[in-house]
Amino acid sequence: MKICVLVKEVPDAAVQKRIDPSTGRMDRSGEKNLNPYDTHAIEAAMQIKEGGAVEVEEIVAVTMGPESAVRALHKAVSLGADRSIQLTDEALAGSDVAATGYALAKVLEREKPDLVLLGQQSDDGECYTIGAVVAEHLGMPSLTQVIKMDVSADGLRCERQAEYGYDTVQVQTPAVISVGDAINEPRYPSLKAIMGAKKKPLEKLAIGEAGIDASQVGADGSKVVCGDFKAPPAKSAGTIIEDEDTDETVEKIVAWLDERKLI
Amino acid sequence: MANILVYALHYEGAINKNSLGAVSEAARLAGEIGGEAHAVVVGEGISDDVAAGLGAFGATKVFKAEAPEGLSQPVVDVMGKLFETGDYQYAIFGGGLLGFEVGAGLAARLNAGVTMEVTAVNVDGGQLVAERPILGDSSISTSRYKDRGIIIGRLNAFEARESGGSATVETLDVQLSSHAQQATMVQRGEQRGADVDIEGADVLVAGGRGLGKAEGFQLCEDLAGAFGGNSAVAATRAVVDAGWYPYAAQIGQTGKTVAPKLYLAAGISGAIQHKVGMQSSENIVAINKDANAPIFEFSDLGIVGDLNKILPKLTEAVKARKG
Ligand SMILES: Cc1cc2nc3c(=O)[nH]c(=O)nc-3n(C[C@H](O)[C@H](O)[C@H](O)COP(=O)(O)OP(=O)(O)OC[C@H]3O[C@@H](n4cnc5c(N)ncnc54)[C@H](O)[C@@H]3O)c2cc1C
Ligand SMILES: Nc1ncnc2c1ncn2[C@@H]1O[C@H](COP(=O)(O)O)[C@@H](O)[C@H]1O
Repeated sequence: MKICVLVKEVPDAAVQKRIDPSTGRMDRSGEKNLNPYDTHAIEAAMQIKEGGAVEVEEIVAVTMGPESAVRALHKAVSLGADRSIQLTDEALAGSDVAATGYALAKVLEREKPDLVLLGQQSDDGECYTIGAVVAEHLGMPSLTQVIKMDVSADGLRCERQAEYGYDTVQVQTPAVISVGDAINEPRYPSLKAIMGAKKKPLEKLAIGEAGIDASQVGADGSKVVCGDFKAPPAKSAGTIIEDEDTDETVEKIVAWLDERKLI
Repeated sequence: MANILVYALHYEGAINKNSLGAVSEAARLAGEIGGEAHAVVVGEGISDDVAAGLGAFGATKVFKAEAPEGLSQPVVDVMGKLFETGDYQYAIFGGGLLGFEVGAGLAARLNAGVTMEVTAVNVDGGQLVAERPILGDSSISTSRYKDRGIIIGRLNAFEARESGGSATVETLDVQLSSHAQQATMVQRGEQRGADVDIEGADVLVAGGRGLGKAEGFQLCEDLAGAFGGNSAVAATRAVVDAGWYPYAAQIGQTGKTVAPKLYLAAGISGAIQHKVGMQSSENIVAINKDANAPIFEFSDLGIVGDLNKILPKLTEAVKARKG
């Protein structure tokens, strides 16, 4: 089995995310990191490889992003991927979800994986949808939010929470699965793996090499035009108590509740 | 003329409340752009009554297709075929997991634009414009579509309104694509954990991953017990998925929507998917040790501190206050 894991570089959680009003795009300056949700996808791939139910020949990390996104690939490799691919091209800037999914599907087509894994959401874009777009282009079955996955020669038995409770779905491979963050506890990379990450094979692709139609990507190829950023209706800020002396804090909470006749 | 197509999710003979909201919203918007709202129901043995019932919410036509339930790709096949043969410019989905999956798959198939987590839709120059809060609800962006547009609502964004209309029901025969047949539902809607009832509670003490372990819920149980009367314990998805607390107590996008008099959140970060299920609570109190936790942005009273220190003392104080 060959597994491709889609990973993305996102602003570090501690960085205040903002939109650049002049371009309508995310301001991507500042500290960045591998999307934390994607570490669960890499871990899921590693557990399949180590689980022994099926033989995993290779785990390939794939990203689409600017030059700097190579760091997300290094992190993915330090967590266990065997090699990585970076789709990077000026023409991709400003791609919307549909264009990003199309471009990633083109890269995956060349790789012919048996399983594509991805995170439940990107920490910056929060679209939850790349998996379904990629699957449609590849003509593969797909599920999102999977929190348990048993792999066997017959395919994947997946569990996830949907609107009416937990669903169990049997999926044939090749398939595209986005994993929920409850699926596993990602490991930490060893120092040796971090040091070795840059030595693993890394392939850089421009859109032409991936067979991507330039008219379908980038801001021009995207079908959604975003703009008019505005602030949400102001909500009066709540009262904040820093807990220093807990007895005092509790007294304040009770007084607050009392005032509103909540006790 | 441009019509709007809406997917109506159903389970055990009842249409999902968010789908009803999407139908109402589509009917309103179709009226403004001079088209009609049509709905699609996909499943096994759906009765004509269930399908026709969507007429009361503003659909003028309902398509019924026989295909596996609870999976997205058969729905993409059905809606894709309708777009091919009918005069549709937009598709609208209520909030929910399947709406996200179907909407995204359909956007790929139709080469359309897609926006998710939409909280409002307006008409400008005969075209739909969708509003979506981004970056942890700190900003709202608007989406316009170059051609066809797919709009996926945020949970509870669209209100279901009965308009008293009626719909014709048409049965649709669709050949499923091969990938839509490669996933099969083994079991749907399994309820994990005890069947607790939280919807009528006046006071909800909700716990999240910050409780540290399943046993941590005892702190919430104790506090709810101290409030007595009509109080109960609720949970986030993170802890339900981890098996710490029953699914029936989950608040949020794939859980319950509640609006108690008091919602006290302990060890909950306040993710959007949680917020959508509890933001209408009359009073929101949050205890979190991280001063930057998003939940403080929509709490009425926020306490920055360790719940393990605060909850036991608060329980004692509430008990004492109650006498
Ligand atoms: C499609 C989809 C649907 C979803 N549906 C739902 C849903 O229905 N309901 C839902 O809740 N979520 C849902 N989620 C998940 C949601 O995105 C969050 O992952 C989840 O709500 C986080 O739960 P949490 O707050 O318990 O955990 P975390 O986000 O891990 O937060 C734990 C918090 O506890 C605090 N903490 C830790 N220790 C302490 C301590 N000792 N004292 C005080 N504070 C402490 C931390 O600072 C942190 O803020 C959904 C996600 C997706 C993508
Ligand atoms: N530019 C990208 N390159 C590679 N993978 C991506 C990219 N954007 C999103 N993904 C994957 O898709 C998942 C869901 O992202 P999103 O739909 O943006 O919330 C992420 O967790 C990643 O696994």
